Amino acid sequence: MICICCPKGCHLVYDEKSGNVSGNSCAMGARYAAAEAVDPKRVVTSTVRINSSTAVMLPVKTNFAIPKHMVMKAVELLNDIEVQPPVFIGDVVYKNILGTGADFVCTKTVNE
Amino acid sequence: MRHYQLAIIGAGPAGLAAAVKAYENGVKKILVIERDKILGGILNQCIHNGFGLHRFKQELTGPEYADRYIKMLNETSAEIQTDTMVLNITKERILSVISPLRGFENIKADAVILAMGCRERTRGAIRIPGSRPSGIFTAGTAQRYINIDGYMVGRRAVILGSGDIGLIMARRMTLEGAKVLACIEVMPYSSGLNRNIVQCLNDFDIPLYLSHTVIDIKGANRLEKVIAAKVDENRRPIKGTEMEFDCDTLLLSIGLIPENELTRACGIQIDFRTNGAYVYENMQTSCEGIFACGNVVHVHDLVDYVSEESEKAGEAAAKYILGDKTLNNKTIEIDAQGAVTYTVPQRMRCENIDKNLKVFFRVNKSIDKAKIIVSDYQKDIASFKKQYVVPGEMQNIILAKNQIENIRGDYITIRAEEIISE
Ligand code: SF4
Repeated sequence: MICICCPKGCHLVYDEKSGNVSGNSCAMGARYAAAEAVDPKRVVTSTVRINSSTAVMLPVKTNFAIPKHMVMKAVELLNDIEVQPPVFIGDVVYKNILGTGADFVCTKTVNE
Repeated sequence: MRHYQLAIIGAGPAGLAAAVKAYENGVKKILVIERDKILGGILNQCIHNGFGLHRFKQELTGPEYADRYIKMLNETSAEIQTDTMVLNITKERILSVISPLRGFENIKADAVILAMGCRERTRGAIRIPGSRPSGIFTAGTAQRYINIDGYMVGRRAVILGSGDIGLIMARRMTLEGAKVLACIEVMPYSSGLNRNIVQCLNDFDIPLYLSHTVIDIKGANRLEKVIAAKVDENRRPIKGTEMEFDCDTLLLSIGLIPENELTRACGIQIDFRTNGAYVYENMQTSCEGIFACGNVVHVHDLVDYVSEESEKAGEAAAKYILGDKTLNNKTIEIDAQGAVTYTVPQRMRCENIDKNLKVFFRVNKSIDKAKIIVSDYQKDIASFKKQYVVPGEMQNIILAKNQIENIRGDYITIRAEEIISE
């Protein structure tokens, strides 16, 4: 499997029996391989509408990685949201995505 | 005529970082000129994460990365002029600019930093035959429509080219409810980062066809069909391997070109390999007092390196402005050989290097266990081991001052070899 934690993209081998990871260049890769084998997770980025004079769309992300199989369902939650400015980087746009405890937070500050 | 110590053209990641660094190094009268209405350049539409791992040791989205630099810039005395186009620069550093607010004017600057970035190659650049219906976009344009303007570009898409923007858009289109049928790449390898192939294609079961290309486009008003075929070693389509995709959208992710109209018109020397200016160790171009950094010099994969390179340009411009004219020392050319296709910088003046010099380069083939060798005539002066080098990833080596101090000739060579172990 290929590590996605940084652009280097190390080729990792995860030994299911021992839980050993090889091929990683750093500790993040080892953690990733173990997690990816058991419960793959992704940070999701998307957009929501914003009622602003300077922008139409507001970029958002999940503040934690959520299970991969929930990604498509998670972005659907954003379809009917329209945000009122001002909003600041890190403001929560949607709380507790599908019970995961992760929130969608905005990644851009829009003042008006 | 308005007069500034430093004029910076472009307020994307390169221009922002250069401005902040020049200010920190003592330049107070700076003008940053941006043609868009907002600062941050392309980062504004790159809403995905993965930026800033080197620079901030944190994974940020594009707008978040831009925001960090915009905040830093706002704490300087730099003036920012958005919605303004630079029409011309002269060697004497007079800029002709135009904007709705101030009309046409000439501005004089003691130094100029070119940070105009790059633009996408279009259908014309690779001459795809077929009809000319709507529904064909460059990947970056589609990205802007979706992420900034809020328009969806289509329902069933094929992506030509496996560059990072194409891969990112495959995922983006999928998340917005479109069906992405295929990503087609003419080379036998992807030019995008591995992590993007995993996260953007594999995660959504989007097939990647390597050594394939689009040979025909069908549709009267809107795109209806894309025909693809396998290609041979010479990248010529092989008869009998055609595949049809019923789709209304074709996204092109077929490369980026540094945007150097201003540079060329100014008579600054351009490197045909990078399509950017030749630069010295301090990012100065062939024209004294005019510096360049970021994607206008060579196309980067990581914004972190753009910031780093631009800080170097900002610092060098500050030195130049504040009267350090020791810059005209002996020039040594850096000659890329073999699998190494180019280097940035392309030339250096060793006396101007403080501790070390980071040299960026690309290779044209994958090598597992590679050795990068730097030579002065027949003598190797430095070598670097790399676990692997691939064409899709920009590489770098760091030459220490003591390795390059006593170069005899007027050029050094850099090449890549495979380490053959018994
Ligand atoms: S193992 Fe470490 S260095 Fe390698 S890709 Fe993963 S995060 Fe990057």
